[in-house]
Amino acid sequence: MTGTDTHGAIDAVWRIEAPRLIAGLTRIVRDVGLAEDLAQDALVAALEQWPESGVPDNPGAWLMATAKHRAIDRLRRNERLERKQEELGREIAAQQERAMADLNIPSADDVDDDLLRLIFVSCHPVLAPEARVALTLRLLASLTTEEIARAFLVPVSTIAQRIVRAKRTLTEARVPFEVPSGEDLDARLASVLQVIYLVFNEGYAATAGDDLMRAGLCEDALRLGRILAGLAPNEPEVHGLVALMEIQASRSRARVGPSGEIVLLLDQDRGRWDPLLIHRGLAAL
Amino acid sequence: MKFLLYTTGDNTQPSAPPTPQMIEEVGKFTEETRRAGILLATGGLAPTTTRVRNAGGKLTVTDGPFTETKELTGGFALVEVKTREEAIEWAKRFRKIVGDGDSLVQEVFE
Repeated sequence: MTGTDTHGAIDAVWRIEAPRLIAGLTRIVRDVGLAEDLAQDALVAALEQWPESGVPDNPGAWLMATAKHRAIDRLRRNERLERKQEELGREIAAQQERAMADLNIPSADDVDDDLLRLIFVSCHPVLAPEARVALTLRLLASLTTEEIARAFLVPVSTIAQRIVRAKRTLTEARVPFEVPSGEDLDARLASVLQVIYLVFNEGYAATAGDDLMRAGLCEDALRLGRILAGLAPNEPEVHGLVALMEIQASRSRARVGPSGEIVLLLDQDRGRWDPLLIHRGLAAL
Repeated sequence: MKFLLYTTGDNTQPSAPPTPQMIEEVGKFTEETRRAGILLATGGLAPTTTRVRNAGGKLTVTDGPFTETKELTGGFALVEVKTREEAIEWAKRFRKIVGDGDSLVQEVFE
């Protein structure tokens, strides 16, 4: 395998594994920003080592093990720096204990729980809607800051700032890493669904002349929606949103005429609607 | 981007029938792709095929081949992913489970 092939493979592994990786790390370090840094550290290690050693058999587990070792290093370093602050020290010891306990391979259910928690944190109402959107695309759809900026037609620095501020806000607000329950759940779930639908609409509003990255937002939103439906199968609102997106997406081909003009629903050639997506949409209902 | 991932039967090398363990692992893998939000459709493919050919306006229909292929197992998956590399990565994961043989990855245009 050549270096370029390996980089392509690493990129693909990253897209598949990053959300679960960041979710698992957030549970250990209790901070989304730090978790993403650790995950990025693991990615850098992969970029350094895999072109030589080849992609490991279980790349997800490799990335997680590497990131966890970095996490423990950091916790130890913090402990040395802050040894005299006894209270903090105790907190770190507790964190370290948790980190050690978490070195055991988590079950598939644990991973799912972490992913769902991460979605709720990333779409937390303490963040402005555009911050939720940027952070969610970054953490859960594995888009780069550049890709998000291109898709939303804003400067890269704007998105970068949005993401940095969002992470800081989550840390400062001490947003717990949990799935909300009781009365909270409805409002928080509405916030998650809003984020996914905002992403979808941004992609759906893209016209034929636009960057493909923009239209790709529809696929990103659908993927997030399908993941959420798998994680929270008992929430009818989630299936409702997935159905809506699948059915709207089934018409994407028919919406644009030969010269790039928008074709309104009643004038669309129904034969160009995607029957598979219609079927998937109805099934989600 | 949508991709069609499918196995091709190598008619000269019939594979052993899948073990219960492999069937279980493939099931788990399919569930994983579903939960990853990428799987649009999937199914098994029977070993026998019928070929419909147009050669200079003359249509011919050929059944088969039937020999030695009965134990071949095949399947397809239509996935929606961000890049070709991602489709390839999923194909690799599938191939690791089912063992020797070929999987093809082909982009589906809208």
